[in-house]
Amino acid sequence: MRGALAMAILLLGAALATPAAAVLPSEMLANPVLEARARTISKELRCLVCQNESIDDSNADLAHDLRVLVRQRLVAGDTNAQVIQYIVARYGQFVLLKPPVEPETYALWFGPGAMLLLGAIGVVVYMRRRQAALDAPLSAAEEDRLKRLLDE
Amino acid sequence: MIDEIGHFALVLALLVALVQASVPLYGAARDNAPLTAVARPAAIAQFALVALAFLSLVHAFVVSDFSVSIVAENSHSDMPLLYKIAGVWGNHEGSMVLWVLILTFFGAGVALFGGNLPPTLQARVLAVQAMIGAGFLAYILYASDPFIRIVAPPDGNGLNPLLQDPGLASHPPCLYLGYVGFSMAFSFAIAALIEGKVDAAWARWVRPWTLLAWCALTIGITMGSWWAYYTLGWGGFWFWDPVENASFMPWLAGTALLHSALVVEKRDALKSWTILLAIVTFSLSLIGTFLVRSGVLTSVHAFAVDPRRGVFILGLLTIAIGGSLALYAARAPRLAPSGLFAPVSREGALVFNNLLLAACAATVITGTLYPLFVDALGETKISVGPPFFNLTFTPLMVPLLIAVPIGPMLTWKRADLLGAVQRLWAAGVAALLAVLAGWYIHSRGPVFAVLALGLAAWLVVGAAVELAERLKLFRAPLSESWHRALHLPRSNFATALAHAGLGITLAGVVSTAIWRVERIQTLHPGDVVDLAGYAVRFEGVVPHPGPNFEGQRATLVVTRDGLPVAVMQPEKKHFPVANQDTAETSIHTTGFADLYAALGDPDPRGGWVVRLYYSPLAPFIWFGGAMMFAGGLVSLTDRRFRIGAPARQRARAAVEPRPATAGD
Amino acid sequence: MARKLIYLLPIAVFAVLAAAFYAGLGRDPAIVPSALIGKPVPQFALPPLLADKPGLATADLKSKPVLVNVFASWCIPCREEHPLLMHLARDGVAIYGIDYKDQPADAKAWLGELGDPYRRLATDMEGRVAINWGVYGVPETFLVDGTGTIRFKQVGPLTIDVIDRKILPLLKSLAR
Repeated sequence: MRGALAMAILLLGAALATPAAAVLPSEMLANPVLEARARTISKELRCLVCQNESIDDSNADLAHDLRVLVRQRLVAGDTNAQVIQYIVARYGQFVLLKPPVEPETYALWFGPGAMLLLGAIGVVVYMRRRQAALDAPLSAAEEDRLKRLLDE
Repeated sequence: MIDEIGHFALVLALLVALVQASVPLYGAARDNAPLTAVARPAAIAQFALVALAFLSLVHAFVVSDFSVSIVAENSHSDMPLLYKIAGVWGNHEGSMVLWVLILTFFGAGVALFGGNLPPTLQARVLAVQAMIGAGFLAYILYASDPFIRIVAPPDGNGLNPLLQDPGLASHPPCLYLGYVGFSMAFSFAIAALIEGKVDAAWARWVRPWTLLAWCALTIGITMGSWWAYYTLGWGGFWFWDPVENASFMPWLAGTALLHSALVVEKRDALKSWTILLAIVTFSLSLIGTFLVRSGVLTSVHAFAVDPRRGVFILGLLTIAIGGSLALYAARAPRLAPSGLFAPVSREGALVFNNLLLAACAATVITGTLYPLFVDALGETKISVGPPFFNLTFTPLMVPLLIAVPIGPMLTWKRADLLGAVQRLWAAGVAALLAVLAGWYIHSRGPVFAVLALGLAAWLVVGAAVELAERLKLFRAPLSESWHRALHLPRSNFATALAHAGLGITLAGVVSTAIWRVERIQTLHPGDVVDLAGYAVRFEGVVPHPGPNFEGQRATLVVTRDGLPVAVMQPEKKHFPVANQDTAETSIHTTGFADLYAALGDPDPRGGWVVRLYYSPLAPFIWFGGAMMFAGGLVSLTDRRFRIGAPARQRARAAVEPRPATAGD
Repeated sequence: MARKLIYLLPIAVFAVLAAAFYAGLGRDPAIVPSALIGKPVPQFALPPLLADKPGLATADLKSKPVLVNVFASWCIPCREEHPLLMHLARDGVAIYGIDYKDQPADAKAWLGELGDPYRRLATDMEGRVAINWGVYGVPETFLVDGTGTIRFKQVGPLTIDVIDRKILPLLKSLAR
């Protein structure tokens, strides 16, 4: 526990250094198409030593290293998916800011949509039932009461 | 001495809260007027005591009394006064006192200005409010005491430099006013469940408090976003960070609540749903409070982590939310069944609104909490970030935003959809023009961006059309329209303002996200950069010291077509005490776009990294938020909600029944 | 009946949520589990830090179970775990070290002050090899078995608890 706290302090220190810098001119690739791809990929990779930033946004050392690595892989000819896979192979799924769509994450991706659908169905069912209750014919006792009231 | 008084005041406040939570409830159940009447003075006393405690904390910070532990940890004698005061809530313990202060503030508000409430309802509302207060006061006194004393060090640690900013210093009180303010809607809901009755009057009484909280939360979130934008150095303003989401979830639920309460008020329908929503909105606030302080999620904002804190707050949560939802399960089925309405009607539109807002809230909740679930269940860990939220939240908002101008055009109970849409032809034309204009100005970017601009125009012009309809503008003589305008209930203006503000914000968000121009370069003095038609010349960097920092300031001269536009001076600051660096960006706004400059690090050869951004329509983001806030305020001033002078109002109502106003 | 049940839905959802929150307390959300558990050590070769001690390469990790400790002289928690490493080394555990993004002179001074538990000691100045190991901070310690497969990773400094409950039992089972 204490060790974890100490580690957290170390990571925190690294992360809070400056909020200002992100991609540096020295990192940027000359080829604008590749550079644009690098930026897109970087926005989807989490900075692991930061508290919730992408490597594109963070100025931590590790983020810098990973940005450079991403660009090196792109220059080497990897596709976007291959670059991401390269990083995931080393750091696991946690590095992805956009979780993959697989059985473990179906509830995440489709849950709210499913809730919306169920909610809509619920509303429709509810309204139909209320309407049916109103349209339902009166029972015999209620008919009698109505007749008596009208006759008064 | 003053600190002891403050501490004692908290203890007294807890005792008062316990009394306030129990006696009036008993009195209301037994129809015992004197016991019931305990609620009002108790609520006022509770607020006074917590205010005393809060002020004694402020005093400790202002005089830099380092014998108080949190002052030593969060303040420094060199800091400007504003940040010494902000230090009161810039830490966990102090912010909890602020939390309870706002809670009791709302309680006192209902005690003082709730004269038109039936005494039993008022007593029950205040009792529930006191229960929450008691829980949190107990938490503060036993696990989170702000008045802990230490041997005074020579000086303090200082406030986190990131927080030493006027915008951010005032942001927490505003946010707390918002999501703690929703406690009042919660208390009203519980009181209604206890009474077993929800009616139009209830909805009318609950609306001003909910509106007040909603307004505060809206402006609080807007201010927080704006702070992130001008501080963090790359022009981002919303990161779907768990703590941001913690304030956004209650906002979504609170917006849904405001709209569904309308249906309860006007048509006596959707009662059970509205009660549930009131409970859920504040529950989301409580869950947010838990998430931020327990260390369960990573976030840039989180306070220092202590699981023991987390257990206590989780306990409070379980009692408050579990208890209220249990009461709901027991009592809600017995609420009287509601009025009927056709699917296509104003009620139907509001149901549609609520469905989508609920789905949006569910998306944010699921995304924020999913990593926690996955971690708790197994060995793998996943993370959920902005790409997920952008992909899932946006498609849900689109149908909602399309419906916004249509809803107010529909009549209650049963409406003519085609007719309503036809009357919005002007908004449709505006949308088309916006799409074409967007396409012409920015010939790059995805199609949906230009369509979003059209949607923004649809919202803004739609709001104007709706208002024009009510004033019979262009269809009746101008004098008649003017006469109508003078007597139109304020809430109609408020609706138009808020809905238009939504459109403005949308335009700003989309434009900044898609069409921002970025130039990141290493510059030497004399270099000129072209930024979307502006010429930015880098003059150099000079040292710029401050009271508790060492700074470097750059000068950038901006011209357009040879004519001077602005001089921008971004800075970097180093705070020796905290050993931290911050950046001060420089923003020049034309009202329709922002020029944004941030200073990076120097390189060994005398160059400096400078980041320049041109953000089209960025000011619209904050302006739209301010419009929504203004709309809420205007609605609060609606005469029908006037909550002072109850005796006069009741007398007047008895004499002349209020005439039904058209388009109400 | 179904109508009554639906009113129980909110509290049921909350119960699940509360359980998840409770389970989450005390877990560190920032710790990234290793993607390399059960996978072979990456291909690498790093130069030695000291003149009299060999460096580290993939081939060196295929003979017997060892601990690979990634550290740096600028890392404060590394100081905390160092006595434990010295202890393990004295007890006969083979420990190899990788000095991460560090100046050799600083590292040498640091080891001089605190002791040197490493049988092999390499330096990764760029940190590129560490990335291949999935290292994202220091200190981190890997347990590699005799076939060169990574069996366990500790993120953050080693503690007596982790050593007793995870590392020693694993080493013992691998020794058989």
